[in-house]
Amino acid sequence: MLRTAVSAVIAIVVITVVFGLGYPLVMTGFAQVAFPSQANGSLIKVDGKVVGSKLAAQGFTGKRYFHERPSATSPAYNAGATTFANLGPTSSTLAQQVQQRIRAILKLEGPYNPGLTVHDIPVDAVTTSGSGIDPDISQAYAQLQAHRVAAVRHLPLATVDQLISKYTKGRSWGFFGEPGVNVLELNLALDRMGS
Amino acid sequence: MQAQGITQIAVYCLVLIALGYPLGLWMARVYMAEHVGGRVLGAIENGFYRLIRAEAEKEQDWKSYGKTVLVFSVLFWLVVYGIQRLQGHLFLNPNHFKGVGSPLSLNTAASFITNTNWQYYGGEYTMSYLTQMAALAVQNFVSAAVGLAVLAAVVRGIARRSSGTLGNFWVDLYRSTIYILLPLAVVVSVILIWQGVPQTLHASATAHTVQGATQTIARGPVASQIAIKQLGTNGGGFYNSNSSVPFENPTGLSNFVEMLAILLIPAAEVFMFGKMVLARRHAWAVFAAMFVVFLLGVAINLPAEQHGSQVLRASGVNLVAGSGQSGGNMSDKEVRFGQAVTTNWTVATSDASNGSVNGGFDAQTPLGGAIPLVNLFFGEVIFGGVGSGLYGMFFYIVIAVFVAGLMVGRTPEWLGKKLEAREIKFAAIGALFVPTLVLTLAAISIVTKSGLASIFNSGAHGFTETLYAYDSQSNNNGSAFAGFGLTNFSADLGTVAMLLGRFVPMFAALALGGALAKKKIVPASAGTFRTDGPTFVVLLVGVIFLTAGLMIFPALTLGPIVEGLMH
Repeated sequence: MLRTAVSAVIAIVVITVVFGLGYPLVMTGFAQVAFPSQANGSLIKVDGKVVGSKLAAQGFTGKRYFHERPSATSPAYNAGATTFANLGPTSSTLAQQVQQRIRAILKLEGPYNPGLTVHDIPVDAVTTSGSGIDPDISQAYAQLQAHRVAAVRHLPLATVDQLISKYTKGRSWGFFGEPGVNVLELNLALDRMGS
Repeated sequence: MQAQGITQIAVYCLVLIALGYPLGLWMARVYMAEHVGGRVLGAIENGFYRLIRAEAEKEQDWKSYGKTVLVFSVLFWLVVYGIQRLQGHLFLNPNHFKGVGSPLSLNTAASFITNTNWQYYGGEYTMSYLTQMAALAVQNFVSAAVGLAVLAAVVRGIARRSSGTLGNFWVDLYRSTIYILLPLAVVVSVILIWQGVPQTLHASATAHTVQGATQTIARGPVASQIAIKQLGTNGGGFYNSNSSVPFENPTGLSNFVEMLAILLIPAAEVFMFGKMVLARRHAWAVFAAMFVVFLLGVAINLPAEQHGSQVLRASGVNLVAGSGQSGGNMSDKEVRFGQAVTTNWTVATSDASNGSVNGGFDAQTPLGGAIPLVNLFFGEVIFGGVGSGLYGMFFYIVIAVFVAGLMVGRTPEWLGKKLEAREIKFAAIGALFVPTLVLTLAAISIVTKSGLASIFNSGAHGFTETLYAYDSQSNNNGSAFAGFGLTNFSADLGTVAMLLGRFVPMFAALALGGALAKKKIVPASAGTFRTDGPTFVVLLVGVIFLTAGLMIFPALTLGPIVEGLMH
């Protein structure tokens, strides 16, 4: 028994050093050399300042910008403390929140989308994402918002649509996952157009 | 859009078999060969045994093997506990997190040494980089390696005749980590880093957002940990929302690779088993039984989730797949994954004892969410946890063969060995202990005030959350229906669940292996029940459904079934 314990203690030390420090540090060294941008969080800089990450929603508001999906983190879009909403499929809280979001969207987008009804709102627009920082929205939700953004920024709808396609991430290798529109990249591109 | 999703799942299955088969043959070599690598690797291996003063050439019987596993695991449990408690005073803590509280540390340490990875905390705001790397990620390797080692020992027991020993734990531990887990983890890490998973020692980044707010972006040595948490069926994420977080799982490709990593080793084990016991057709039959149950889960979960939850359907929003969205129940799911691959992940992670998620389970529809619940209750033998899945499946196989023997009135035989009272007892303990534990602990939690304090949602859904919490921890899965909060009581009860749920079946499996190793081979005769045809597959699936399914059915009626009927 004592012999086993001695072996176990030495093994624990060796294993902790090799797998706890050696393995992650070697991978970190490799990552920093080979893929420095990804390895440090896919940060986006404007004029040398970090404005966000390609991989995190940041909570756009107002009429000039595309909005992301709702977030359950506290505060919303907290990339330092992700969370699910954890509301069950029959939860009355979920029902209230969804109704609230529908009303807000109808009020915000209605004036720019004549005849807009609840049936035109894609489901991702009224549901929280898994992470609370889903950087993407569906193409359908982007197209719904395009009318507003184009009108407010005095841009032709076609220009905004073009930007949407440009920042739509297709499936990986055209096959894996689902397409989505990266909201931060899209909004930054709009700002760069200067209108 | 839906056809595309189903094609993605089909491709997943094909790639799983295409990679799992050769890996299984390699694993068989790792556990059977005298020497695995060349001269240099062999010298390093022997150096390790000398360093830890283990008599590597000396084989152990099942009791001695089990004792070594236990001593090793308990000592490691204390180390993982200690690092969490002391992290505030240690290095690699750029975000200056304090030491973790005692019940939570004990729970988390038990969670990681037992391959459960149940998490009562959000990693990115609780654990220092040192804790993540040197305490938690190490266990991702070690708990998986312990599972593989025990499996190798049990399989040797089945393969050997008239033998008293099952192998040497230190050899199996070393070979599992160095020749199987580490190379795979490096490959997966590289792919994940390339796809955008952070791998850095820098503290969280601070962004000044476009509209003038400040945003903290958690990062760290993520990729190296995610790779092994997927491969080792561990599941404990770097971030609270696990692999739904873009930093853990940024693209469709990273998702595919992580999802493949969940079932890769468990699937390969089946082929390894076939090679080691020289019963390839039997192994394929076992694989087929697992595969059928996997597909059943997908076939129920996907339509239910695509159809959407009651709340979303009643709201009137557009849930239809196509024209620019994947639709369905998008609550707590990510746009880049949509329904099909979230279903694929959900079923894979609950079949295996992985427990990682790429979307929240709590928000799934009653029928969709019942799938992971039931999958867990099967004892994680559908592919199952690394090592533990297949040795758990052996219990069901023994019971299936026994049932077949009763039907024809002959002494049951499995792979040429007579199964007698002793073996059946070990198999019954192995198969029934954990479901009993789940029901007992869920009952305790539901009738005590301290237990009820953990529930988030009211009514039937609250019951489902409790049942799932103890189902997940006892089965060493670690996925959460979330909606189940940390209290000192729930932390301690969970610790009990995870430790008993891990080590009781493990010892039952070792005892079964030890008993089988001693037996002689009886030649197959015309009356021997064949364990390699479709009849056996049907029987095995039937036994799994009857044994575990019937135990959980009454509890299911109180949870998801009531919930489904009420609305």
